[in-house]
Amino acid sequence: MELGLVFVLLGAAVAVLFAGAGSAIGVGKAGQAAAGVVTEDPGKFAKVLILQLLPGTQGLYGLMIGFVTMVRAGLLGGSPMEISVGTGLMTLAACLPVGLVGLISGIYQGKASVASIGVVAKKPEQFAKAMLFPAMVETYAILALLISFLAVTAVL
Amino acid sequence: MAVLEVKKLNICAMRKDEKEIMQTLQRWGLMQIDGSAFEGTDVEIPNTTEERMKLERAISSMENALEVMETYSPEKKGMFASLEGKTPTAADRLDEVYAQRNKLMETVETVNSNMKTIVENRVAVDRNKVAMETLEPWLLLDVSMDFTGTDRTSFLIGSIGKTDTVEEIYDAIGEYVADLSQIDVTVVSKDKYQTCIAVVCLSEYEKSVENGLHALGFVRISGSFSGIAADEKKRLEDENLAMEKENEDLAGQIAKMAEHRSEIRMLSDVYRATAKRLEAMNYVPQSEKAFFISGYAAAKDAESIAKKLDKRFDLYVDVTDPAADEDVPVILKNKGLGSSVEGIVDSYGLPHKGEVDPSSIMGIFYVILFGMMLSDAAYGVIVTVTMAVLLKKFKNMEESMRKSLKMFMYCGISTIVWGVLFGGYFGDAVDVISKTFMGEQVSIPPLWFAPLNDPMRLLMYCMIIGVIHMYVGMGIKGYMYIKKKEYANFFCDVVLWLCMLTGLVMMLLPTELFYSLSGWEISYPASVALLSKILAAGGAIGILFTAGRGRKNPALRLALGAYDLYNITGWLSDLLSYSRLLALGLATGVIASVFNQIGAMGGDSVFGIIFFIIVFIIGHVFNMSINILGAYVHTNRLQYVEFFGKFYEGGGRIFEPFKTGTKYVDIREEKE
Repeated sequence: MELGLVFVLLGAAVAVLFAGAGSAIGVGKAGQAAAGVVTEDPGKFAKVLILQLLPGTQGLYGLMIGFVTMVRAGLLGGSPMEISVGTGLMTLAACLPVGLVGLISGIYQGKASVASIGVVAKKPEQFAKAMLFPAMVETYAILALLISFLAVTAVL
Repeated sequence: MAVLEVKKLNICAMRKDEKEIMQTLQRWGLMQIDGSAFEGTDVEIPNTTEERMKLERAISSMENALEVMETYSPEKKGMFASLEGKTPTAADRLDEVYAQRNKLMETVETVNSNMKTIVENRVAVDRNKVAMETLEPWLLLDVSMDFTGTDRTSFLIGSIGKTDTVEEIYDAIGEYVADLSQIDVTVVSKDKYQTCIAVVCLSEYEKSVENGLHALGFVRISGSFSGIAADEKKRLEDENLAMEKENEDLAGQIAKMAEHRSEIRMLSDVYRATAKRLEAMNYVPQSEKAFFISGYAAAKDAESIAKKLDKRFDLYVDVTDPAADEDVPVILKNKGLGSSVEGIVDSYGLPHKGEVDPSSIMGIFYVILFGMMLSDAAYGVIVTVTMAVLLKKFKNMEESMRKSLKMFMYCGISTIVWGVLFGGYFGDAVDVISKTFMGEQVSIPPLWFAPLNDPMRLLMYCMIIGVIHMYVGMGIKGYMYIKKKEYANFFCDVVLWLCMLTGLVMMLLPTELFYSLSGWEISYPASVALLSKILAAGGAIGILFTAGRGRKNPALRLALGAYDLYNITGWLSDLLSYSRLLALGLATGVIASVFNQIGAMGGDSVFGIIFFIIVFIIGHVFNMSINILGAYVHTNRLQYVEFFGKFYEGGGRIFEPFKTGTKYVDIREEKE
């Protein structure tokens, strides 16, 4: 019984940890590029800030799955549910997509953001198009989030 | 949904009226001047570059001066200063300002030269400071630093490496000079790295003394020093004070001259307008007595431009339809919702020739999809009210900015609707607040259903919205084919595809798989089931044989057909892409409830309430901004990739009418 809960918490941790790490790397990279643009032209601050934020959503998706998992298992407020080892492992498996895809897509979305910040530096009027390239990467984080969410709600 | 009809205007007039006609056209700002018709002909194009450069230089020195003024006398600016737009200004006022141009340019020059002096002074002050530091070790030396001795004596000033006592120095000199009584060594100052000394000796000993000191690393004081160190330092200090004082005075002058800044702005705009006119002249060929303007205007304006010009000047003007192969600029004209999303269409690319303007249809989907992704009634209210207030407050806002704010206002309204349907008000704030602080849990039930409790159901609806969205896209494609009378294309590329897709969807509906996904049990009579199979198969076979219809080779045709059929996977991935509606909607709600939960951890006490309010405000501002950003980005994506991908190419040339091109003021004419 105890071990089941351990796996559930491990699942929540995996979701938050990897997705958050991916976003941190992505936002960090984009931030360096954004800071570079702002030293040249402070007027582009708002635009590059938006582009920097784009890889930040993976962390939020991870947080979301972690939170839903913990609430469903009764770990937040109230008493923890009795969870079998099997259910615990299933929850852990359910949390994997958002964690791993979040990590990788966060990093690569950050790279796409860096490139888009380059676009804005040279052609600020192409902002809407530039914003779309990182958003393409995010699609896969969203798909992973969806599967993780559906799986967690199905298991717990 | 309208791309305005564009007419071509050709004007031929006398050179003597050229300036006035150009100015008139510029003021109206309705016509795009186009010189491409004259390319390759040997007409004479006036060279205005030099005159324009002169104006550009004046403009840039005015901009410099304005920037300097901003540094020394900053203007108070609100948070939304960028929304204020250009100040409406009467043309007469600009004429007044223009009359004072010499005086204003003098002010500009003074400001810039003051700034130059200030910078130079700053450099000089820094240099003096460095000099003062190097004087520091010599301050106790009360002899002039360039003093080398009298007739009989020599005076050596310089530094040696670190030494502890005077005896060491005497010892070093003693190596070369026997009689040390004729030599006097004074240590002026001492620090970690060096010892500064002054040595007096008889002239004949100078060489020997110096040799002795060399052993200690003696270096004579730099020749650039002169006078007594303390006096020298005082002089530099005074100089710095004077320069700092001067800088203050100059800065004061600049701050005082800042009162002219609005006039300088106006003057710079007058120059900008002139520069713009000179630039347009580059596309206006002329002969000895006459000149020609060729360009485009919206059909509704073209006639009135021609009529008004004809009335005021002695000229020939004709209005014609552009030739079929001309690259005519595109003007969009929409009302309400459609016009507010023109910016989104514009950034993808304006419709090229013969394409429909997707703005108004896209606008409807835009607000629906945006609302679904944000889906929180409280956030919707905040967005709507903020946008409405900004729109009301800033009347002179730039047109494109106004359109964007309007778009977000509509999106906000849609967000309220979806929020009420899904029961999101700051996430689950109502539940949490009532439970934590009132002891009894109250919830506002969703009008429809809560996505968090039934995500599969919402996923189904997302797919349905996706299907509708993409079918509408295909519909527009079909409409364009019919409009161009390309019926074969219409049938093969649109009808066959829709048949196949509809057939496939109908085949999927009664299956076990669909039931397990959605929980909807759908069954229909055998005849409908047969119909669905016929549709799917017929569509597929049709596509297989017709997609390569442009080619003669039958094998290649089939191959192309099969390849086109493979696009079905594209439809599948496009459809799945709409699942982001669910995911982003859930993200808003769940992250909002994360913040509500954190806030409620303080418990029911005074401290708890304060803690809750702080967490609530910070958390929801964060969540709202990040989710608005997400909704905006992903709505754009669904429109650009999934929707536009079905029918729209874009790439039209934007209509750029010949205008004043001002930066600060909006020139208002008295009614003509």
